[in-house]
Amino acid sequence: MQVDTLELSEKFNLYGCIQCGKCAGGCPVSMKTALDVRFLIYEALVGVLPDPAHMEELWDCTCCFTCVERCPKDVKPAELIIGLRSLLVESGTIPKTVTDALQGIFRQGNPLGFAREQRADWANGLDIKAAQEGCELLYFVGCTPAYDLRLQPVAKSLAKTFQKAGLDFGTLGIEETCCGNEVRRVGEQGLFEMLVEDGKPLIESTGAKRMVTTSPHCMNTFKKEYGLSGIEVIHYTQLVAQLLEEKKIQFSNKVERKVTYHDPCFLGKQNHIFDEPRAILQAIPGVKFVEMDRIRERSVCCEGGGGRMWVEGTNIQERLAFQRVQEAVETGAEVLAVACPFCLLTLEDAVKVKGLEDKLRVMDIMELVNLAL
Amino acid sequence: MESQPRIGVYICHCGFNIAGTVDVDQVTEYASQLPGVAVARHYTYMCSEPGQNLIKQDCEEQQLKQVVVASCSPRMHEPTFRKAAQAGGVNPGRVEMANIREQCSWVHKESHDATEKAKALVASAVAKATYLEALEEREVDVTPGVVIIGGGISGLVAALDVADAGYPVYIVEKSDHLGGRVADLNRTFPELEPVSDWLPSVVERVQSHPNIAVFLNARVEKVDGYVGNFRVQVSGRPVPFSVGAMIVATGYNVFDPKRKPEFGYGRYPQVMTTLEMERKLAEGDLTVNGKTPKDIVFVKCVGSRDVQVGNPYCSRVCCMVSAKQARLLKEQLPDSRVTVFYVDVRTFGKRGEEFYDEARNAGVLYRRGSVAEIYRKGDRVVARVEDTFLRRTLEHEADLVVLAVGMEAREDVTDIAELLKLPRSADGFFLEAHPKLRPVDTAMDGVFLAGCCQGPKDIPDAIAQAKAAASSSLIPLIRGKVPVESATAVSDPELCAACGMCVDVCPFGAPSIDPVWNVSVVNAVLCKGCGTCAAICPSKAIRLQHFTPEQILAQVDALVW
Repeated sequence: MQVDTLELSEKFNLYGCIQCGKCAGGCPVSMKTALDVRFLIYEALVGVLPDPAHMEELWDCTCCFTCVERCPKDVKPAELIIGLRSLLVESGTIPKTVTDALQGIFRQGNPLGFAREQRADWANGLDIKAAQEGCELLYFVGCTPAYDLRLQPVAKSLAKTFQKAGLDFGTLGIEETCCGNEVRRVGEQGLFEMLVEDGKPLIESTGAKRMVTTSPHCMNTFKKEYGLSGIEVIHYTQLVAQLLEEKKIQFSNKVERKVTYHDPCFLGKQNHIFDEPRAILQAIPGVKFVEMDRIRERSVCCEGGGGRMWVEGTNIQERLAFQRVQEAVETGAEVLAVACPFCLLTLEDAVKVKGLEDKLRVMDIMELVNLAL
Repeated sequence: MESQPRIGVYICHCGFNIAGTVDVDQVTEYASQLPGVAVARHYTYMCSEPGQNLIKQDCEEQQLKQVVVASCSPRMHEPTFRKAAQAGGVNPGRVEMANIREQCSWVHKESHDATEKAKALVASAVAKATYLEALEEREVDVTPGVVIIGGGISGLVAALDVADAGYPVYIVEKSDHLGGRVADLNRTFPELEPVSDWLPSVVERVQSHPNIAVFLNARVEKVDGYVGNFRVQVSGRPVPFSVGAMIVATGYNVFDPKRKPEFGYGRYPQVMTTLEMERKLAEGDLTVNGKTPKDIVFVKCVGSRDVQVGNPYCSRVCCMVSAKQARLLKEQLPDSRVTVFYVDVRTFGKRGEEFYDEARNAGVLYRRGSVAEIYRKGDRVVARVEDTFLRRTLEHEADLVVLAVGMEAREDVTDIAELLKLPRSADGFFLEAHPKLRPVDTAMDGVFLAGCCQGPKDIPDAIAQAKAAASSSLIPLIRGKVPVESATAVSDPELCAACGMCVDVCPFGAPSIDPVWNVSVVNAVLCKGCGTCAAICPSKAIRLQHFTPEQILAQVDALVW
């Protein structure tokens, strides 16, 4: 495959790079995979980039954007990786698992292989109105919370919380389609643009002032890449923290647990939402909140993002999620709280693989909130 | 209009700046046809020596009475052309500028339109020139003395130079002691001389100098006047000081590494700043957590060269500070491993590179790669960093991590910037008048900069700048006189009704009502020539010289017709 490195250098502003190595130094997978994004930039700059078709390590990037956060020169290293992935997508040289996920989104609006008609099944009996009829708040559920049995309770808990607070909210029902955050990040720019083209007018037509998402991944792309007008995009932790502060909801049950919290990359590093999730946890009666060492801006990626749900890359070593649950156990916490569907799944897998089930439970913040309300 | 005008018109190409857009031949031809014009010429650079000579020669040989220069903004070169005309015997008041660069060639793309506009601007200037009058050059006495804001090393050195020249100096220092941030340092690079060997004697000389008054815990509250005669109100003083010049030496802020949370500063006792390391070196206690560190890491460029924290500039000292501390630590703890992680090594000053050589030869290890993150591993911390030569990311274990923190503009100098009307550059530091030719001057005549308030620098550079500021401030003091605006307002007692509106509107307190004659009188020394009084005077008794109604109307007529 021929790559125009000059074009890459200009498109991704690689000329600003001083090769300091903060990107690779901060990259969560750089110590255990072949990926060296700093060197990748250099190869592109001086025009010796190898054929991306043979660079399996491109699939190692989790799109946690730590490199973007650390870069002192405002180069966006992860965007170069996404750009190179899109060349692979264009030429059709992508892993089968990724193709399957993308085809699922194209056909049924989700990467999980479920039918569109089942998308709203999680809400059966909850009496949630269709946002298309108009509402103040649009709740964007997301693919995993809508279909995955492990995540459905999180969506239910959110809906019930909104009802308790008396909010005028609705969902897009079976018309809701994948946000495309990971679609863009695996390099399928064309499909992503299509999703925006369809999704943007649908969302805007609801007339909602605010849109709240279950997943930080959905929030991220809606906020930064959709160009939505007249609607503010927030994560559920922001809204729930606000409802608590305004006393629109109040906790009545004690949850006697020692809890720690894992910052999701798309919520923390990429959108600087650090305090709200902690405020919710600390407001739950009975919860004893403890912190791990690597938190907030220094949080560790669980490796669930950037399409890594669907592909492995050169990463043969232990997943970071394994180290992360170990760190959580060391704090003495019984619950590792998260605020992201991907984090929940990867960390829970890690607990199982490591045999830590009797020591640590991975729970979404909304599951704890549900217990306390 | 006295006798017949004889106007010389000079059209500047400014290289391609003007001539690239404006057809200068056409404008010159057009100008030569205008009434009163005796000669019209164009030239590549009117402000150059030959360009100025052209004007001077014509003034003499063609007996010109007025000069019109069509070039850049008068803010740029009006003084230049006034001088050239004066050298040829034409009063500087009889020089008029047409701005065909900033207001014409630079803002118009289309050559035809730009040329037509240039013609109109030249015609307008020529029309005004017909009515120009000679202006009287005026000077006022300078009040000897300098106020220096800031009692750090720059302020102290500047104070001593001015005081040694025989002029009174007032140092206004915000804190309760002199010496500033230099007092926090242990030894200075590259000679490794203890600061305590020389700083106390500088402070002592300042304190005992008969020409220097020091005000501690003090702030400048108000500044009036202009070069030669500033009135500076200092907190806690009953009356303002009158001085001829001022030196701003307000220093810098140390970057707070908490703004780079990835380094865990304030979280891990093993992580400290270079300034905290200075203190440890001075106290001779090199233990961390009660233990002698076996592995020491230096992190460079913390808060510098970093657009994420809004500091794109190099701190200019961190490389040398790191080399100094790394070397001292290696010498005192020979069994420890001392590693400096770097992106670039900038040891540019005198003896700088040699000092870097000495640090490496002493056993300090330099590894290329910028530390990305620091976190805990057992009872130690690790620096996560890519060694860019090895192409390998590693967790470098350490017992001590030193963050080489940079310098920032102080945020508490906003009030001084406002009081003195000093512009600042995008990075927040005070802006010098010209980066090369006027490095210690400011946009305000008579106000000079010294030290790190103008940008990060090491001690030798700060002192060099302080001495430059001191000698620049001595120029008006030694001359004893400064020129003042000659295009001032004058009041006609025959027309004045003593309504006092001019007194009310003047921001400089120049007009007053004469108690004996009961008419407005304008103090030419205070007048800055802004024209507010002339505009408001209901009986048109006040005229602003160089901007008289006839002149302005002629200008407007030329544009309208």
